[in-house]
Amino acid sequence: MRRNLAIVPAFNEVDAIAPTVAAIHEAAPDFDVLVIDDGSVDATAERASATGATVLRMPFNLGIGGAMQGGYMYALENDYDVAVQVDGDGQHDPRHIHDLLTRLHSDAELNMVTGSRFLDADGEGYRSSTARRIGIRVFASVVSLITRQRVTDPTSGFRMTNRRGIELFARDYPHDYPEVEAILLMHAYRLRSCEIPVRMRPRQTGESAISSSQSVYYMVKVLLAVFVGLFRRRPTVEPPVHASSTTEPAL
Amino acid sequence: MTKVTLQRGLAIAVTFALLLLVFELVRRKRLSERYAILWLVAATTLFVLAAWKGLLTTLSNDVGISYPPSALFAVAIGLIAMILLHFSLVVSRLSDQNKILAQRLALLQQRADAGDAGALERRSNARAGDPGEDPGDGRGSREPDSKLLAAEELSSRR
Repeated sequence: MRRNLAIVPAFNEVDAIAPTVAAIHEAAPDFDVLVIDDGSVDATAERASATGATVLRMPFNLGIGGAMQGGYMYALENDYDVAVQVDGDGQHDPRHIHDLLTRLHSDAELNMVTGSRFLDADGEGYRSSTARRIGIRVFASVVSLITRQRVTDPTSGFRMTNRRGIELFARDYPHDYPEVEAILLMHAYRLRSCEIPVRMRPRQTGESAISSSQSVYYMVKVLLAVFVGLFRRRPTVEPPVHASSTTEPAL
Repeated sequence: MTKVTLQRGLAIAVTFALLLLVFELVRRKRLSERYAILWLVAATTLFVLAAWKGLLTTLSNDVGISYPPSALFAVAIGLIAMILLHFSLVVSRLSDQNKILAQRLALLQQRADAGDAGALERRSNARAGDPGEDPGDGRGSREPDSKLLAAEELSSRR
């Protein structure tokens, strides 16, 4: 049985979804593909089914956070060991999936690997508009400061988690604009994450889910969530499953 | 007792009408008791303050409000703000539960569709004279697990 899952969130991506799924099948044939149709009103789900992907149809639009969490719940229930998020609009190049996988498997301590647009030495590839880059820089500084490690692309949704990451995200995942908070959630649960350089492409069709007026809400909402998160108690690490370490001390 | 001014009369009438309205909504089961309590407390407080002139005057003098009706407004605004905050809490919880329900529904739907497809396949295999192996991938055995998970989730994800 295959143990790797690619989760592809899609909202009204009727033109982009089939090529995206096909590209994943081609570049990473060892990954099952799960398309989350987040309440699309077009034929996204049908196109995705036709490519052979499994489709999770949300009864209405939940937003990216709720949709992704549905994907992680599916990964948990179906015993996947690795899950990678790949946007349904073609921005994430599936050829990087194995780079992420190699990095994730290179270190047993590692729970999440994110593909960063800003680590690429050549400075090529798509890096979003200037205004958004400024926002990303702000988030990057804040997240780096809190997690005490260098984070360059906290808004990248191109990320891969192992089983522990799947378990965490199936249980608890931020609502909207979840990427920044998800890194901090990982940090809060003392799970380790890192970045590798990837190249992204401008989206192929349709429009970005985030309009400029929403960007302001995005900034404020995420910064509020980050700020409030600082005052939350860090959850204690679950005790290891080894029987020896869970024995009670004798009286 | 001093004579009831028009102003006070109005305040008494309005707050009493609010009390009656809330009561009537609960009686018709349009408003559940759970949320009616807040409104009843608010309406009763305002009614008492409007009707009992001495209390309102004393209260406003004590906190330095020279015009007693302002004190009534202040209390009303405070109560309404609390009710609104309470509703924001309720809405947050409801939308969270709503999200979990939608996710669960999507997962079950997918499983049901996959099950249907599997059953169809089995049936056509059987018809073709091939008793065949079960194309299901042993998902059935995991079901109790996921039920547990769902219950746990609803109670822990707040």
